[in-house]
Amino acid sequence: MYTKDGESYFIVDAHIALWDARPENQKNIHGKQFIDCFYDYHANLSPEAEKWSYEEYLYQGGERLMRDVFQDDIVDHAIFQPAHLGEFYDTGFGQTEEAWALTQANPEKLTYNHNFDPRNGEAGLEQLYIDAERFDLKGVKLYTAEWHGDSRGYKLSDPWAYRYFEACRELGITNIHVHKGPTIRPLDRDAFDVADIDHAATDFTDLNFVVEHVGLPRLEDFCWIATQEPNVHGGLAVAMPFIHTRPRYFAQIIGELLYWIGEDRIQFSSDYALWTPKWLVEAFVDFQIPEDMTEYAPITLEQKKKILGLNAAKMYDLDVPAELQLPAADETETGPREPAAADMASV
Amino acid sequence: MLAVLTDRADDVRSALSTVIDPELDEPITDLGFVRSVGIEDDSVVVHLRLPTSFCSPNFAYLMASDSKDALAALPWADRVVVELDDHHDSDIINRGLAADAGYKGTFLHEAENDLDELRLTFRRKAHTAAMERCLTRLLRSQPDRPIESLATVTLGDLADDDATASLQLRRDAIGLPRSSGALVMVDHTGAGHAPDDVPMALRRARSTRISIDGNAHFCRGLLATRYPGSEADQAPRPEGTESWGLTFIPLTELKKEYQS
Repeated sequence: MYTKDGESYFIVDAHIALWDARPENQKNIHGKQFIDCFYDYHANLSPEAEKWSYEEYLYQGGERLMRDVFQDDIVDHAIFQPAHLGEFYDTGFGQTEEAWALTQANPEKLTYNHNFDPRNGEAGLEQLYIDAERFDLKGVKLYTAEWHGDSRGYKLSDPWAYRYFEACRELGITNIHVHKGPTIRPLDRDAFDVADIDHAATDFTDLNFVVEHVGLPRLEDFCWIATQEPNVHGGLAVAMPFIHTRPRYFAQIIGELLYWIGEDRIQFSSDYALWTPKWLVEAFVDFQIPEDMTEYAPITLEQKKKILGLNAAKMYDLDVPAELQLPAADETETGPREPAAADMASV
Repeated sequence: MLAVLTDRADDVRSALSTVIDPELDEPITDLGFVRSVGIEDDSVVVHLRLPTSFCSPNFAYLMASDSKDALAALPWADRVVVELDDHHDSDIINRGLAADAGYKGTFLHEAENDLDELRLTFRRKAHTAAMERCLTRLLRSQPDRPIESLATVTLGDLADDDATASLQLRRDAIGLPRSSGALVMVDHTGAGHAPDDVPMALRRARSTRISIDGNAHFCRGLLATRYPGSEADQAPRPEGTESWGLTFIPLTELKKEYQS
């Protein structure tokens, strides 16, 4: 729990990873390219004091993860969202066994989500049933640009993806975290397009689709589908650190999200180990939309509390102390929110 | 001879400046994506670099093949080599470029048709963003103007400035007319909006503009992180910079600017 100025915040970090990108686990050059790309994100967007060396960035291990994520007891709960990347790393990028052991040792603090790949067909479907029972899955993390043999991406609207979603429905895996990447098959179209999420969300209204990075680099496409689908949510992984390097852009992202999808469907995350949650939580609690951005209403205390933890806690049935809970906003389910609050006439 | 080489370096630079990053809507020369240019007699060798090894391979290919096409059109260039460095698909793309294999010949089973629709999608987004910049600027300069009235604003109503010039180019790119009586607030087919639909259409256009500007700044920053010193090769992006905040100048400031 984070407390400042007499206000307490229940904090859920909705996207963390325990990865191993050390050279001995890299299968090929792409394993190095992938972690180098992450490290550049980290180096480019972190405050100087929060910057790690490349060496320590490659692998953290469970002990350090617990120290980093739960530093000063600010974060109440964190959710693993592992990417497999089996074509890049020998034991995969996300370390399943280590993360699961850590989750079992700290059930109050951690939730383990696993992943699947619809291109694994029947065998993968069977594995999903086994994984769902073993990990007591409530959610999965899907990376649509995962490389898989001679395929380098899939869509959520693919027939096999639908078979897996039907299984999720049956197994009580209600939270589908989706992360878009640069490759898709065929390569003809924009790989970051979120139209396939729109299809899946329309056909599986009983599942939640949490679009990670709030659709970045296609914020606009994400906002447009999410405003129409009440079961589409936005995860702030990668968007959060802009609060430091580019606060005005961050304000625009938050302003757009609050306008198009409202305060009940946005989830905070650090994307650990890309970044650590402590400084992001502190910065977000202190954050305000700049006064001259009159096209956005100021962000309220309640909105911050929901984004920082209450929304994810609700989705994952986490126990939140009664005094910290907040009711859902009395807002439209679809379409832009609080249009009156946004001062269009004075842009 | 030196003078000839200098001219040719200018030729190369100017040819490459016609190559646009479709996503960021800027020339690759302004973005710092040209890593090196080597000219020897009638041969030119250009290396390109991108902000990450995981930039979309379809955009990477488009920029590299557009570069090769632009250079091959130089009358003196008999031999043109374009190579993309440090990308996860560098081998595939460079092999395809060397063989002039085209998009389908380069990506084989991963390519279905061509990249025309991809290009078109981003030209439309670029138009939407340019339109929003012009209309937001207009609203700021005329604080009493009702938003709904934007439905009938024509090109002739816009100020003769950089934003309007930029909009004209983006309209050209998707085949919209330049005539002064043409509506500004239109979709990619040229269809306008009912006055009541204008506020939301403008908001939607704004999210597109914010997205493109945001990506452009992030990509520039990442390039500089990945290739220290490359920031010196980048021209400042005129729109939406964090420090300047073109579209967020307080009205009082803006009025002063317009009055001066």
